[in-house]
Amino acid sequence: MSRSRSTAALRVADAVPVFVALGDETRLSLLGRLSVDGPLSITRLSEGTGVTRQAITRHLYALGDAGLVRNARRGREMVWELDAKRLEKARQYLDQIAAQWDDAADRLKAFVEDG
Amino acid sequence: MAVQTPNAQDAPSTDRIEKRVVLRAPQTRVWRAISNSKEFGTWFRVNLEGAFIAGATTKGKMTIPKYEHVTVDLQVERIEPERYFSYRWHPYAIDPAKDYSAEPTTLVEFILEEADGGTALTIIESGFDKIPLARRVEAFRMNDQGWGGQIKAIEKYVS
Repeated sequence: MSRSRSTAALRVADAVPVFVALGDETRLSLLGRLSVDGPLSITRLSEGTGVTRQAITRHLYALGDAGLVRNARRGREMVWELDAKRLEKARQYLDQIAAQWDDAADRLKAFVEDG
Repeated sequence: MAVQTPNAQDAPSTDRIEKRVVLRAPQTRVWRAISNSKEFGTWFRVNLEGAFIAGATTKGKMTIPKYEHVTVDLQVERIEPERYFSYRWHPYAIDPAKDYSAEPTTLVEFILEEADGGTALTIIESGFDKIPLARRVEAFRMNDQGWGGQIKAIEKYVS
């Protein structure tokens, strides 16, 4: 019992930085961009955005702290890429709500099919 | 331009849930189970006061054991007889001491279509990205420790 509670607490603590990181439009857009275009440099990521390189850098480090992206050296250039494993954590929140809808839909099914 | 990229929706979605089931019952029957607030409450486990009226809020207490203190507010948006029903609500607004009214809501939609041998029902809940961080974490915790288990127990009881 206490074991499962501490496991749950760990998972909640784990999810917090992910939600903080996702709770910003610019950061969500950066994630979208990286998931579509793959690893990109800060210069590429800030091009045409109207957001300064410094601001983009700050957002990338916030995403990095949450483990959602990481930076890597490619030749002489530093690029940022998605860390897909961590994004999976954020998905878990929706998976659990989806599981509740599964249960509700099962009850509805029983309700209309038996009635 | 890049920050407002139209490709943003291609990122793994944290904003919506979509579920589709085929029910072995006529569309008229399924429609009544969803659009009649008494019938809705039977399977959704909430004791709703009053009928569903587009533009109006229907309140009720949850009937899930240990959650009977929770009041649910369903703000009905659109009713298209036999095929579409939608409402907005505050997901996991389970603490009676908190005022959730100023917080963003999610949109829940039920879409009915004729299908082979019955009715295809699509349930969509969207708008999670607008829900405050603290609430998401709260919901996450509730799911981990309580609600999911409660629902499983009830399922066993009725089946």
